[in-house]
Formats: sequence, C-alpha cells, structure tokens
Amino acid sequence: MENIFVYCELENNVISDISLELLSKGRKLADNLECKLEAVIIGHNILELPKVLFPYGVDTVYIADNKKLSPYSTIPHTSIFVDLIKKEQPQIALVGATSIGRDLGPRVSARLGVGLTADCTELVIGDYKDNKTGKEYKDLLYQIRPAFGGNIIATIVNPDTRPQMATIREGVMKKEIVSSTYEGKIINIDVESLLKDDDIVLEIIEREIEPRKVNLSGAQIIVSGGFGVGSKENFDLLKEFADLLGGEVGASRAAVDSGYTGHDRQIGQTGVTVRPKLYFAIGISGAIQHTAGMDKSAQIISINSDPDAPIHKLADYAIIGEFNEVIPKMIKFYKDESK
Amino acid sequence: MGLKIIVLAKQVPDTRNVGKNAMRADGTVNRGALSAIYNPEDLNALEQALLIKDKFKDTEITLLTMGPPRAADIIRESLYRGIDKGFLITDRRFAGADTLATSYVISKAVLKCSPFDIILSGRQAIDGDTAQVGPQTAEHLGIAQITYAEEIQSIDKSSIQVKRRLERGIEVVKSKLPVLITVHGSASKCRPKNAKLLMKYKYAKTNTELQALNEDYMNSFKAKPYLNIEELNLDDLGCDIERVGLKGSPTKVKNIENVVFKSKDSKRLTASNRDIKGLIKTLIESRVVG
Repeated sequence: MENIFVYCELENNVISDISLELLSKGRKLADNLECKLEAVIIGHNILELPKVLFPYGVDTVYIADNKKLSPYSTIPHTSIFVDLIKKEQPQIALVGATSIGRDLGPRVSARLGVGLTADCTELVIGDYKDNKTGKEYKDLLYQIRPAFGGNIIATIVNPDTRPQMATIREGVMKKEIVSSTYEGKIINIDVESLLKDDDIVLEIIEREIEPRKVNLSGAQIIVSGGFGVGSKENFDLLKEFADLLGGEVGASRAAVDSGYTGHDRQIGQTGVTVRPKLYFAIGISGAIQHTAGMDKSAQIISINSDPDAPIHKLADYAIIGEFNEVIPKMIKFYKDESK
Repeated sequence: MGLKIIVLAKQVPDTRNVGKNAMRADGTVNRGALSAIYNPEDLNALEQALLIKDKFKDTEITLLTMGPPRAADIIRESLYRGIDKGFLITDRRFAGADTLATSYVISKAVLKCSPFDIILSGRQAIDGDTAQVGPQTAEHLGIAQITYAEEIQSIDKSSIQVKRRLERGIEVVKSKLPVLITVHGSASKCRPKNAKLLMKYKYAKTNTELQALNEDYMNSFKAKPYLNIEELNLDDLGCDIERVGLKGSPTKVKNIENVVFKSKDSKRLTASNRDIKGLIKTLIESRVVG
C-alpha cells in the first residue's frame, strides 16, 4: 500500500533501459516518501529477471509469467496491471513514454479513472494548494513536462486520484545502481485467474525489432546533423567524424523527415533525449523541438553558416561557417593532434 | 462491403512553426501569433479512412472534432477531402479538460455514431503530444486498440491487419473489429482537397456560424441541407457533468513556465584553420575527446 510502482518493459526478454531509469528515479522518490519501490514485470520466461532489478533498490518484484503475456499486447497487460494496482494501491505508478508505455498507460488510467501525465522529463515530490477549494495536499508527485511544442514547461499534479500516474521520457533519468547486494522479495501473480478469453483480441503476426544498434542515450559524443546538412551523402561525412571520435551520429527531425538518416537517430522532443559530454550541432537551426532533447549536453559546438541561427546561443563554441569546410578540417587536425 | 468509420481530428496551434514573430522580446511564445491548423497526424488518419473508402465504395466516414466554434474548419477541410459527415463537439462546459475528461466526451460522441467498425485518429496532437486520448477513448468504449499504425494491410468483415511503426522496428498485428487505430506520422500523407468537393462544401456552416450571417445566405443554405454541420453539446451527448471539463479532470496544472532561450557565454569561431585547430587542441587538452 502507498508504495511506488514501476511497470518494467521488456524487449526480447531483456529489461529495457527506460525501466531501469524509472527504477533509479523511483528509488529516490521512495526514499523521499519513506515507502517501498516495487517493480512489475509482465511477460513469459522472466523468472530470472528480478535479480537484475534488485541492485536498483527494488523492494518487491511482482511477476506475471504466462505465454499469453509475451510479446506485449495492450489488453492482457492492462488487465494484469490494473488488477495489481487495485489490490496493492500504490500512491504512484510510473511507465515509460515509449510505444509500449504510451499504449498501456492511457488504457490503465482510463480503466481506473485516474489522471495520467504524458512524457514527463522530471519528477519531484512537493506540496500543493488548490486555489479554488483552498484544500492543501502534502507530498504530491510533481509531474514536470514540456508542452506546447516544448515552448512551455508545465508542472502537473493529481491531487485526488490514486495512483498518481505518469509516463516518463527515455533517456532523461539517470540509471543508478544502489547496491549489488540489495535484496527484495518476489511475488508471483496468478495470471490464469485474471485473464479472460476475450482479453486476447489481438494476434501478433510479425514483430521485427532491431537490436538497439544506435545507442544515442549512452553516447559520450554525438555528432548531429540537421536539414542544413543537405543530403544523405553529406551525413556520411558526419558518420566518418563521429567514428573517428568514438561517437554516434544524431539528427534533427527535419533531417530525418527529409530521409537523410533513420528515425532511430532522431534527437529532440519527438525523438531521444541525450546528455553527452560533447554535442556537435551541424546545420541545425536550433528550434526548441530539437534543443529540448540536447540542451543538457555538457558542451555544445554548433556549426552553421547563418550567424543568427538560434543554436549558436546555446553553444559553448559557435562556428560560423560551412560544415563541409569545417568538418574535414576538424578530421584533419584531430588526426594530427591526437597522434 | 461497406464499413462505418469514425475519424477523430483536432484543430491545434501550429507549435512546429514558432517563428521569429511568434516569439516575444522576452523569449516567450505569443500563442496568438500561431495559426490554427489540422493536427498533422490526424490528416494521416483521415487518409487511411479515405483509402478504405477508395477500396470499399459503400464505406461511410464520419468525422468528430472537439473544440471551440472555429474548429468547424476541421470539418470543412475534411469534407473537401471526402468524408461523408462531420460533427463538432463544442460546449463551454467542456473547457479545461485533460485527456481523461476529453476521451470521456469523445467516447459519448462515438456512441452517438454507433454502430461503427473502425475509429481512426492521429497518434498524438502537436499541442500536447500526449498520445493519450486515443487509447483512453478505446478503453471507455471497451474496444481493442492499435497504436502507432503505419499501414493498413488488409481488412475483411470482422478483422483488420495493421503494420505498426515502433521506435526500433515494426510489428504486424491482426485485430477483431471494432477497433480504434492511432496513426503514426510515417503513414501515407493526406491527399489534397478535391476541387469539386471544395465548391460543394465551401459554405458548410454550423448553426453558431449561421447566426452571424444574413437572410439571403440562410435561404440558399436551407435549400442545401448537406451544408449544415451539426454541433453536439453536453446535453446532446448525455454526458455526466461531473466527468467533463476542469471538474472531470484528475490532473491539474500547478504552474507553467515559459521556456526562454538563454544565451550562454559562447565563443564565436570561424572556419579558418587557426580557429578550428585551436578548438580541436582545446578539446583534446581538456580530455573531452581523444
């Protein structure tokens, strides 16, 4: 009762990074609220997974293991998660803002009749006073998220409904192991009694998930290109530079929409959020939709021939120039200097 | 075979084009300077409905939009592209609704259009980017959902096969009908307005809009019943007033901060050998790279 739930996503029976990020944040919130952190894993052949979770400071792992539950499908997972929430009455339930979490979260919130805040980038515990009723609330979950295309940051609360539910964006919370010896307990859920036959309305014909080839959230150096890079071929130059530095190639939405590179490289509000130690923004104008996903980078170098491009304001080093002149020079000097 | 399709669409401020004139001197957004547009992914959803109608001529497409009176534009835009009928869900009492309260109202409007086979909507709207209203509507209606749809591969009387576009791959699923499908921006782009339909529906109006017009117009309007865009309010839909608007919304906005572009202390460099060489040296010396 009154604990914190984290729904753990699986891909090929591996716990997704987003879930480990949520558990790390959940641990801090649980310490703050002096309650337990509880993980929920729903899938098949997952009995080995709890030991991966305990080091993140998980006190309880609820496991629903049944072949009808893998791969993820909306209604069966909703039924199991809702039933558990009703029994255990957590005060907070967190889900990743991924294609799975954004499919499940709203379904669960509507079934329970509780509020859900989408795509949060920060969670904080704090008090709230309803200005209309004058009622005061202690220790609510502040669900902080960009809205209106990233031009505003809103703090949302769910004063009266429980659990307080939120989906959280990938890559914004840090993964942190509490202790490799942290011990929690495992509770198995009796799945058969919960699933109705008509819960299985969807048949999965095919599922092709590429193993995570691009690892933007883990990259220390990111070389990102925008619409100004101009072509797929020019992105090869970015790739060459990124490989040389041991980094990854990223892109703005405009570059992805123009087909210069794949969706999996998109950084920004509709893509991944990153915080590398060095970020190159090349031919990127610096619209808030993009910068919302990279402005926490430790150092930013912008390369843009437009001296008024907003990205330059964000940069530690703003290079006013043509990238196809600048990058080859950088490659050359890097090779010379790093010898 | 004819199907009954409901499309859910929303009018949104164009948050993707917050140009220089939409930014105030203090770096915050002047919302009034943003134009109201058809939510982009809802256009992708509309196209999916129209593609089904191209294939099965007896298909009937009804569009529902919820918003202030000016959102009737969305219905006209959709009539120009080939929908059969549109309803504007509008009532001041719906104002301030979060996704749960919104989806409740929409589900009541959908029931008004029952029976139906498929509900199509965009994955998310660009003003809130929540992607919640679709799945919440499906839950209120107790039907299946397929989110992030990119392509409808086949349909028969009782089932539909859809390809979904996920972050790192695809999934093909088959679902029983009825189903609610949210369409991803990577799906086919919407067709342009049809010139004939544009002529036909140019003067389509809601009753609210008619009140501002003169009698001549009213008379020609009465002769063409298809020009009437029906409005639905709380009472028409039989909504529980406790579940709509601000009151029916469990989430509350505590506060809002405008994002202001702050200038960092940034060094300006050129493409000269000296500048670039100097920068690379600094990066290597400070162990940021290498």
